[in-house]
Amino acid sequence: MSRPRLVGAAKPAPSLAPELLVRMHDLMVKARVLEERLIQMYKQGDGYFWIGGPGEEAFNVPLGLLIKKGRGPEYDFLHFHYRQSATLLAMGEEPIGALRQMKNTVTDPYSGGRNLAGHFSKREWNIVPVTSPIEVQYAMAPGTALAQKRLGGDAISIVTGGDAGTAEGDFASCLVWSSRPGEELPVLIIVTHNKWGISTPSSQVQGARTIADRATAFGIRNKVIDGNDPVVAYRELQEAMEYVRKERKPFLIEANVSRLYGHSSASGANMVEGEQDCITAFEERLEAGKILSRKEMDAVRERWTAEIAAMAKLAREEPQPAPESIWNHIYWEGK
Amino acid sequence: MANMAQAIRMALHYGETHLGVTDIFGEDVGMPLGGVFTQTQGLEKSWNSPLDERGIIGMAMGLAMAGARPVAEIQFADYIYNTIDQLKLAGNACWSTNGDWNLPMVVMTPVGAGIRGSIYHSHSFDAVMTHIPGWKVLLPSNPLDAYGLLVSAMQEENPVMFLPPKALMRIRGEEPIPGEPEDPRELSKMIDAPLGDRSKWKARWPELTGYSVPIGKGRVVREGSQVTVVSYGRTLVMCAEAAKQLAAEGIDAEVIDLRTLWPYDWDMIKASIEKTGRALFVNEDTEVTNFGEHLIRRTVDELFYKLLAPPRLVAGKFIPGIGLADNLERASVPQQDEIAQAIRSLAAEQP
Repeated sequence: MSRPRLVGAAKPAPSLAPELLVRMHDLMVKARVLEERLIQMYKQGDGYFWIGGPGEEAFNVPLGLLIKKGRGPEYDFLHFHYRQSATLLAMGEEPIGALRQMKNTVTDPYSGGRNLAGHFSKREWNIVPVTSPIEVQYAMAPGTALAQKRLGGDAISIVTGGDAGTAEGDFASCLVWSSRPGEELPVLIIVTHNKWGISTPSSQVQGARTIADRATAFGIRNKVIDGNDPVVAYRELQEAMEYVRKERKPFLIEANVSRLYGHSSASGANMVEGEQDCITAFEERLEAGKILSRKEMDAVRERWTAEIAAMAKLAREEPQPAPESIWNHIYWEGK
Repeated sequence: MANMAQAIRMALHYGETHLGVTDIFGEDVGMPLGGVFTQTQGLEKSWNSPLDERGIIGMAMGLAMAGARPVAEIQFADYIYNTIDQLKLAGNACWSTNGDWNLPMVVMTPVGAGIRGSIYHSHSFDAVMTHIPGWKVLLPSNPLDAYGLLVSAMQEENPVMFLPPKALMRIRGEEPIPGEPEDPRELSKMIDAPLGDRSKWKARWPELTGYSVPIGKGRVVREGSQVTVVSYGRTLVMCAEAAKQLAAEGIDAEVIDLRTLWPYDWDMIKASIEKTGRALFVNEDTEVTNFGEHLIRRTVDELFYKLLAPPRLVAGKFIPGIGLADNLERASVPQQDEIAQAIRSLAAEQP
């Protein structure tokens, strides 16, 4: 089966301000280093399981930079999945939280040592709990979007999931509930298409030409983009968000991305051959455009490697939650 | 006296006008139908959803996350099973985030047999729902409790599952809802939607109050000294009737209406069993891994040396469905004579 048509790639990549390119590069490298450190922690026995998003940085970083960040319906609501550490870092999150969650320490800011790596939650920024069941987030996003539409303003709900999970009914629920005639909802529906569901290729599963085509049937505007190009991703996300914010209607983006270390630690978490590495490609362009030199880019990686290694060392020494704490927070205790 | 459907409707109206309820929604919940049992007629915040149970619970979760106060309905409990994922997630959102999130949302869905509903309108849901931690689970047996429990549910900071029994929806209570007119015909004129064109109809609501039944508190429906009977919902009514009938035979049964299944009123159960030494648990869900089995286990664990007889369970048969024919339904879920016989035999049992 042929690869889905890349609408964004047909146009020449529009340029962005050099400062923004440098910032995106810094965040992409930071996120990659974080994920590689998480994998290393898993392999060294400092965690039970790894799952994450190395290979999706070119899409996830621009997404994080464009979010209207805050708590409550006046701000964007974020229904993420477990490959979005780069989005969190781009929003300004400290990387040590992910390391603490890997090590399941009492200091883990997302779950207090209860949940798996990449299962973020941060109410302060409307990041709703990331969960392991695939695609359930698509059924919740219309709910936050309805509250936002009633409120007025320009806040939207952003929901992200993978291509494999679009086979679940909750994805169809999202299309139905966000496009009811006269009751359309401001949902940015994102599908990151990495061509795999664990070990099953999407070519054996997806009969539709593209996943985005399914949105067309609901009258939902949509676009397939090259999620490996951070400039394209930034521009396309910006345009889609502008539409959702202003028109208060849904938009679907299907971003083709890479899965550089396989599905999770269950499949080994080793570098996969034949996948495009968005950072390598971006760095070639930055160097050719004289935005950053090889030396400067190497320095970025070295700096984050050192800083995140130091954070991992700190996290490794922190205590686990106490056994009696299992009884805490079954019900709301106020916060 | 209001029936349970009217009581629920009035509680929801109190919720939308006094408790900040923003959405009352589900399949056919909005007008012109206002619910298949009429329980949502005339409400200002009601609306019709797509026929999508997972979408309904997902919508409620999203609304709750964004600061709204939703009441979502699944038309019959028989159709809630495909939402188990979302029910689990709503129940674990607070715990799994170490207390970061809470979801103030109410889900209501009518449960149980008794309306000759065959295989897919007779399901119970208490056995499954009490396996999903993080929720509070309410199951009323009369209109006043339905009103009071729902008023409490709409003020909760946690997800609440409200399970009115299908067969009791049209049954009038013995105690009035505070504020309702004395004459049930007057109440009907005020809040029941007319037949035919309803496009211009508006309910005239009585002056309602915030009467509430605390979550987690049972009620002793009948005091007695020989046997403790613990039930809820439709079978509670049968237990109370059976106890009344047995009094004539000189058997003195105490009947407890649990009202809240989780967190339940163990203090009340315990005090009663300590007094009587005999315990019968009754509900209509299937009997294997039944909530009553948990209550028996706890009774044995904590009250073994107070017991004069083994604690017993009368529950629905463990079969794939409830057949349509009257004989089949009656043979599948507890009936009053079966309950009476169980109480009689327990009362006679000696160590």
